[in-house]
Amino acid sequence: MSAQSVNATTAGKVRAMPADLQGDLSNQARVERAMQSFAMDYGAMTALRLESCIHCGMCADACHFYIATEDPQYTPILKVEPFKQAYKRESGPFALFFKLFGLKQRVSAAELENWQHLLFDSCNMCGRCSIICPMGIDVAALIEQARRAMFDAGLAPAELYAKARHQQQTGQPESSSEPYLEMLKAIGREFHVEIPMDKSKADVMLCVPRTDIEHYPKAVAALARVMQHLGVECTFRSEGLVAENYGYYAGGRDWQRRISLRLIEQALACHAKVLVVPECGHAYTALRWEAAELYGKPLPFRVLHVTEYLAEQLEAGRLKLHKAGNGEVTFHDPCQLARKGGVMNAPRQLMQALGLDLHELENSKAFSFCCGGGGGVLDIKRAAPLRYRTMESKLREVDDTGAGTFLTSCSDCRATFDDAKAHFNWDKSTHSLLEMVADNLG
Amino acid sequence: MELLEFARGPALKVALVVFCFGVLWRLVGTVLLRFHPHLSVPRNGFFKSFMLGLAVAGSRSWPYRRFIVRTGYGEALGYSYHIGLFLVILFFAPHVLFIKSLFGVSWATLPSSIVTIIAVVTFTLLLAVLFRRLAYSVLRKLSNFDDYFSWFVTTLVIVTGLMATAHFGARYETLMAWHILSFDLLLIWFPFGKLMHAFYIFPSRMINGYFLARKGAPS
Repeated sequence: MSAQSVNATTAGKVRAMPADLQGDLSNQARVERAMQSFAMDYGAMTALRLESCIHCGMCADACHFYIATEDPQYTPILKVEPFKQAYKRESGPFALFFKLFGLKQRVSAAELENWQHLLFDSCNMCGRCSIICPMGIDVAALIEQARRAMFDAGLAPAELYAKARHQQQTGQPESSSEPYLEMLKAIGREFHVEIPMDKSKADVMLCVPRTDIEHYPKAVAALARVMQHLGVECTFRSEGLVAENYGYYAGGRDWQRRISLRLIEQALACHAKVLVVPECGHAYTALRWEAAELYGKPLPFRVLHVTEYLAEQLEAGRLKLHKAGNGEVTFHDPCQLARKGGVMNAPRQLMQALGLDLHELENSKAFSFCCGGGGGVLDIKRAAPLRYRTMESKLREVDDTGAGTFLTSCSDCRATFDDAKAHFNWDKSTHSLLEMVADNLG
Repeated sequence: MELLEFARGPALKVALVVFCFGVLWRLVGTVLLRFHPHLSVPRNGFFKSFMLGLAVAGSRSWPYRRFIVRTGYGEALGYSYHIGLFLVILFFAPHVLFIKSLFGVSWATLPSSIVTIIAVVTFTLLLAVLFRRLAYSVLRKLSNFDDYFSWFVTTLVIVTGLMATAHFGARYETLMAWHILSFDLLLIWFPFGKLMHAFYIFPSRMINGYFLARKGAPS
């Protein structure tokens, strides 16, 4: 299904890059599908965002891909240029004018192929560019929309496409040595904690990042242990275990919906009042902010990130914590939680309750730099060299705090930092805030 | 018909009509499109999100300190020539008289010599803006016909205005005609290109800000 092709010439304004293709489509069909898909999401917001750009280039100054490379093709708003071009030529209020005077050229399939690198390999959809824009444009929202169009044109990176397809079919993004259900049970046995499974009624439904199941089993046990400590009626559901949503990464609108529905249906089946999203940033965006739109109506339960849930329990006096004794720590705000999701205080409340001496990163909360792996970039193999370049300054920021312990609340961020640890021989490990909470229950 | 009569007569009327209908058409064609429903439960209610959106309309006028080292020069340049343009357009006595003849309202003006100095500075800043667009790789890559033509029509009005003030290059009436014709051209181009940001800037900031505030996300 996925073929490698390298464009012979440079199309448009960016360098020719290798692109993965899905489906046996003509160039014209790819372009038409991309534009039709982008048009599906057209609305006043998209139009306003596309019309408002003044080409000031300030978004480049917020983007870690540009800052690390000084390569102008990584300017965030340039990453949606083909769609901007097509909008102005085909759909905007003066489309006729632009077409008549040849001011906007027709977008070519070669351009779209080149843009795959820009929309996927070199964008974490972290939204830092949306914070700097003097016109207030949410550039990250445009990029998400463009990714959907690329997916519909059969132009998603092979890894993201394959994982999204696997997940929408089976519930797991990829095959595992044994089913995740069995792995969860094994984690329960290993860490001596009960893994509540398939209860028919529960106040809280839990799910888990597959990154934790495969790489950080202690974090899975921590989630179960904390919930047990709180005495909450909760359950995992074997038909809706995985928190991640590769449909969101790949831009597969229908697959994203199907993957979200799996969790929604399970939450409904167990009459959950709250769906707790574990330490996974993009799962939070997919479930908290996008699932209802794809479901077609408001969700009849609350969606909370685990740190939000625990901070609520802390405030209500139900969660008691010991002082952790880890001394000086620093914390990485996952973009999808903090900048794009508004979850900034909850982790800090927990750290305060743990008695930690938090040394903020130079860029934290709204201004936090992405770990570099978000938006599925960690999964795209060919993107690794560029990703490592973007990570160098982030690792320096962590070092500059002088803190001995580095925490975060997203397992994909954690995996990205641990990958960098191996690559750079970095002397720090990344720890889960949830694990620290579980280790210090009062 | 003399060129000057043409410039401030039929040409100006046509330009104003194109400007008004063009601006209206582009705004309506954008903002009257469907707003997709947002069904997720908001973190902030409508009123709070609306007020925060309003705040964004103002707050984005000033860069975050976090970014200012990288963006300060470009922003200072941008602000400076915008302020220069506003002062020249709104406080030069002949302009105020012209506005009075059109709309019947007038206000205090600045001395001509001051306005001339401001206009020269503004022209110099516009040259710096063009130089930056050509020299800075990010801007060069982003730029298209709209960016350069919008710069050209704006600068042309300033240049012809300075020539008319200095009585330089032709008869005063001819210079005035050029100045008014260049203004007519600016009005005609206005709705089609990026000059429209004058109308988009506050709704764009406010609406995008509203949706970020709805999520409780920093805006």
